[in-house]
Amino acid sequence: MEYFTELFFSGLTRGSIYALIALGYTMVYGIIGLINFAHGEIYMIGAFTSFVVATVLSIYGFPLLSIVLLAGLAAAVWSASYGYTVEKIAYRPLRHAPRLSALISAIGMSIFLQNYVLLAQSSEFQPFPELIPDFDFMEPFAHVVGSSDLVILLTTALVMVGLTMLIKFSRIGKAMRATSQDRTMAMLVGIDVNKVISVTFIIGSALAAIGGMLIASHIGQINFFIGFIAGIKAFTAAVLGGIGSIPGAVLGGFVLGLTESFATGYVSSDYEDVFAFTLLVLILIFKPAGLLGREAAEKV
Amino acid sequence: MLSIEQLKKSLFVSLWFAFLTFPLLVIKVDPIERTVQWRWENMALVAAGSFLVSLLVRVFQVQQERRRERRATGEFVDRVPIMQIILSEPRYLYTLSGAVLLCSLVFPFLFSTYQTNIMITALMYVMLGLGLNIVVGLAGLLDLGYVAFYAVGAYSYALLNYHFDVGFWMALPIGALLAALFGVLLGFPVLRLRGDYLAIVTLGFGEIIRLILENWNEFSEGPSGISNISRPGFFGIELSLEHAILYLYYLMIAMVVFTIFVVNRLQDSRIGRAWVALREDEIACQAMGIDKRKTKLTAFALGATWAGIVGVIFAAKTTFINPASFTFLESAIILCIVVLGGMGSIFGVIVGALILILLPEYLRALSDYRMLAFGAVLVTMMIFRPQGVVANIRRSYQFKSKAEGEG
Repeated sequence: MEYFTELFFSGLTRGSIYALIALGYTMVYGIIGLINFAHGEIYMIGAFTSFVVATVLSIYGFPLLSIVLLAGLAAAVWSASYGYTVEKIAYRPLRHAPRLSALISAIGMSIFLQNYVLLAQSSEFQPFPELIPDFDFMEPFAHVVGSSDLVILLTTALVMVGLTMLIKFSRIGKAMRATSQDRTMAMLVGIDVNKVISVTFIIGSALAAIGGMLIASHIGQINFFIGFIAGIKAFTAAVLGGIGSIPGAVLGGFVLGLTESFATGYVSSDYEDVFAFTLLVLILIFKPAGLLGREAAEKV
Repeated sequence: MLSIEQLKKSLFVSLWFAFLTFPLLVIKVDPIERTVQWRWENMALVAAGSFLVSLLVRVFQVQQERRRERRATGEFVDRVPIMQIILSEPRYLYTLSGAVLLCSLVFPFLFSTYQTNIMITALMYVMLGLGLNIVVGLAGLLDLGYVAFYAVGAYSYALLNYHFDVGFWMALPIGALLAALFGVLLGFPVLRLRGDYLAIVTLGFGEIIRLILENWNEFSEGPSGISNISRPGFFGIELSLEHAILYLYYLMIAMVVFTIFVVNRLQDSRIGRAWVALREDEIACQAMGIDKRKTKLTAFALGATWAGIVGVIFAAKTTFINPASFTFLESAIILCIVVLGGMGSIFGVIVGALILILLPEYLRALSDYRMLAFGAVLVTMMIFRPQGVVANIRRSYQFKSKAEGEG
């Protein structure tokens, strides 16, 4: 039972990170119908930025809380800037091009960013400074759920609530919903669609960056390649929940996280990534619309 | 030519990129030694570089704009690119291909074994590119897991050779068949999927194959791979290493010529036309009575066949394989070849493969930046020249009887 609880919490932690990244995929897909292949790389850049900033600050002897806040802020700001730039360079000129062109451009961007970080930083695994200390009040539960798990879960919950509020109640949220329903119509009623798309990329990238920082500090090491696998898994989560649906992304993230955690715990840890890919293939074959997505008929 | 306004914009772009690259390019930390290294020179490079690139793009745009204006007034008539003239006129085309073939036949006598070896690799990528071209270029199905079929071919020869001592020539058709089988296996479930979903599933499929090869030790020897694979036999005669390379080179030339022949014939066949129809519009294509399932499956199967064949040759060439040779990056390189050369264009794919494989080999200093450049190439090509270096020419009827009745 204890083993089960442990796996359950580690699944939730994983799942919430997947959910944070999946939100970026799903929001972008909802608005421009493009799989932002470079999103995993944005997440990796967020994690790397926070790694650089946190390490520099800790070398200069800043207190832990300010390190956490500043590193998180830097990660979000820079990832958002990267997301914005990527959209502007690689996707905007191709908005009216065939889907295949935009997708190839996205793959190119992903390869470019990955190798940019490889060349700019290092190809080795880097130890990530521990940003979340072990809290005293967590002592009695430490064998099943760690402090960093708790922080990750709480942050994710907060972010989700914030995002939902933003989309439901703010002006820009309304504009985003309108754009995703019908871009041309949104333009006609005076919504600056380009701005909405940029904002979507900025929000999605910042969320991924926060996820990146949290998981990197949880795992304790970082590498330029983490974005690839995390990106595919988060995409799986987004598809699982129904791409384009925000609650779907969260649900998909948790389902995927728990599946992986139990599968590696009870079956075999060698095939950790195979489970996610198999799940992805199975959903796409049997229920391409996902758990919460709507089946959309293609108009001719 | 460029206004102050535009210079200002470029300046802003360069400042933006300096900001963007600041944490990753300027700061380098060593978490173990606990030292920070500030590399300001990188920032200056990025700023200058992005300023120049941004200016170039602006100049390019201004030129495009002017050309468009002149075209509208009828002052400027597009010249037909020289490549297109050569490709559309059989007389030139046959002369050119003959010359290329002759050059490639004498190549090993003019250059060292090392160069020949590199050329074999390039030719292998030509074949892979031509195979992927069937799937991506003709049928318009973005396959990101193409390397999986390559792995299937390589492992089928390696394992057959290791366990049953099967020779190269026996393994060649087996590898091709197995790869085609896997192509159908992948094709079946993804029949219903649209472009981008398809891309991700094929990517997942490629990764699954690699992960299985890496983890299933009893079957594939895991990450350590299989070594001592026999080289291709030559009527039972033992060849020295140098001669074996020479032999392999001519084998590859023959293979590439064969591939070009087959792909060319396929393009004009019934199924080839069905692929193009499928690429252009799935619904219209079905309405015309084309069986979508069959068309897609044959595209996957035929595309995979070439990868399987090259896989067998790869195993025979290196005599050692392990899962590390079959990563997603390999798929990306092959895709890049097809995209750079020109999707759907045979000649383009050959040019693309030679550029992308030979250039980094000869510019050793740049080999670190190889993948970076590949990524950039994919993006720039899509934005500025989506049809590739050598555009595929659409066959069209020319009405020559009346001068004014064009098209």
